[in-house]
Amino acid sequence: MNKLSIRIEGLSRVYRKKRKRKWFRKQPAESAKDFVALDDVNLEVRPGELFGLLGPNGAGKTTLIKILTTLLSPSTGNAWVDGLDVVKQAKELRPRINMVSGGESSGYGILTVRENIWLFARIYGVPNEQIKARTDRMLDVVGLADKASSRVSHLSTGQRQKMNFCRGFVTDPKILFLDEPTLGLDVTAARNIRQFIQQWMKEDPRRTILLTTHYMAEADELCDRLAIVDRGKILACNSPTNLKRLVQEHPLFAMTLSPGPNGLPELNGLAGVRQATRTETPTTVELKVSLEEEPAIGSVVSKIAASGAKILTLRKVEPTLEDVFIEHVGHGIESEAG
Amino acid sequence: MRATLILAVQAALARAYPRAVWMTRNRTWLIQETLLPVLSVSAFAYSYIAMKAPPEYVGFVILGAAMTTFWLNVLWAMGAHLYWERDSGNLGLYIMSPAPMMSILAGMAMGGMTTTTVRAAAIVLAGVLLFDVPFDPTSWWLLIGVFLLTLLALYGLGMMFASLFLLWGREAWHTVNLLQEPVYLLAGMNFPLKNVFPMAVAGTALLLPLATGMDAMRQVLFRAEGVLHYSYEIGMLAVLAAIFLVSAKWSLDYLERKSREEGRLTVRWE
Repeated sequence: MNKLSIRIEGLSRVYRKKRKRKWFRKQPAESAKDFVALDDVNLEVRPGELFGLLGPNGAGKTTLIKILTTLLSPSTGNAWVDGLDVVKQAKELRPRINMVSGGESSGYGILTVRENIWLFARIYGVPNEQIKARTDRMLDVVGLADKASSRVSHLSTGQRQKMNFCRGFVTDPKILFLDEPTLGLDVTAARNIRQFIQQWMKEDPRRTILLTTHYMAEADELCDRLAIVDRGKILACNSPTNLKRLVQEHPLFAMTLSPGPNGLPELNGLAGVRQATRTETPTTVELKVSLEEEPAIGSVVSKIAASGAKILTLRKVEPTLEDVFIEHVGHGIESEAG
Repeated sequence: MRATLILAVQAALARAYPRAVWMTRNRTWLIQETLLPVLSVSAFAYSYIAMKAPPEYVGFVILGAAMTTFWLNVLWAMGAHLYWERDSGNLGLYIMSPAPMMSILAGMAMGGMTTTTVRAAAIVLAGVLLFDVPFDPTSWWLLIGVFLLTLLALYGLGMMFASLFLLWGREAWHTVNLLQEPVYLLAGMNFPLKNVFPMAVAGTALLLPLATGMDAMRQVLFRAEGVLHYSYEIGMLAVLAAIFLVSAKWSLDYLERKSREEGRLTVRWE
């Protein structure tokens, strides 16, 4: 029996804003505005998979994780984690899961790093000797071994985040939810954490991770499959390679431009151009153009030249996950996130 | 069932740990919570001495000061604490864990009781050494029993408050703040209820576990007259403790269900 680790069917979550009462005023109460965080989401994650949710801030990733970790009820639809209904069987499910959120500030400042990890492992019933061994290993992974006896109140934000990363793994969950686990961490720490995640998954094929991120490279490096999420909807779901392959059908060109006095012309809408996105640096503009057919690059070059801008480099490129994201969402992840 | 019980005990002990450790790592409490209350006790004690009141009245003041530390702990370290746990990001982790939330609250209560007992003992010791209080207990065992039952009722109330504070947010906070002084008065912090209030008011005051516990302890410790005989008050405390603990469980379940529906469980600054 090939049981799914996560199964989501027609899941929606609407946040209903409270009506503001206006006491002692004659005006009627303000009408409540609803916010749709998740809209008819369907998803399946298999055991042993490292599955990614890729989307900008506010896409609904964290809401989905909160539902799957039993912290939030769906408005409609159903979800099962390890075969258990997240609403009706929350108590049975909780021993099997854990979650780490990036930027998390949980823990007690009066306790040391080791004591905090111990506390949050004990509420999962982990025996003391296992806590000790796992904590030692995790602190080494995140480079916090020398701070094991430091009070949490003396740690930096990044160090607290590393401690919370350890907290999530020490209970050895069957299904782990990582919500932006490397958010705000330095490059080396983020790399070590990514390496550890891959190693941890290899150690036991029954383990599953659902990872949310808005770092394209992280999703590309880690995930077996990923779903692109925007405004509460899943727009695409496949392996990173397959997602890129689908975009590869259309030629993609990258240009470095020096804008002329009139700026750059609008390329979206030009015959043969599917999509053009630009990233500005202080002196140049990086332009990516997806074309229907390769010869259309001629009209793109002509239009840029006519605007007075100078083309510094022009090359045909392989699509990245960023291009896949733009293809589905219509804009870069950072343009919305920022 | 056995596994759930073991997990609940482990979780309670784990949650009690930060409170126990706090005393050894934050020693300013010695001044703030022992020396200052003793000064306050002294002011009332000297008033009774100046009025040539019976010597056990000084004992009432010391007992009141000791028990008030528990009341303050119940209000601010129990009642308000889930609210703080949410703001620090811990509440979601507790709810997501397999440990029953009642065990987390029990851990908070155990930790609170331990630390506050040390504080209360320091106040009693300082008071006894300074004022030579004439203890004449009916039975020390009975006194310990009444004391423990009072703590059970008080911390049951605190566990119930914890959910209500989180449900009602700052409104509950302000309400309790507003009630703090009236509770001191109604509970007879520095005076025997029976000698001051009419029976109707004194009887109503016994709905507060602080008032019932202190009245019973005064009877046992100083053979003073109480509003009701201490045996009835012990019964009342047991009933109050049961009501508060059951209500705490009910309100925790309600809180969790409501928060999951509304999405406010882990949202800060609501």
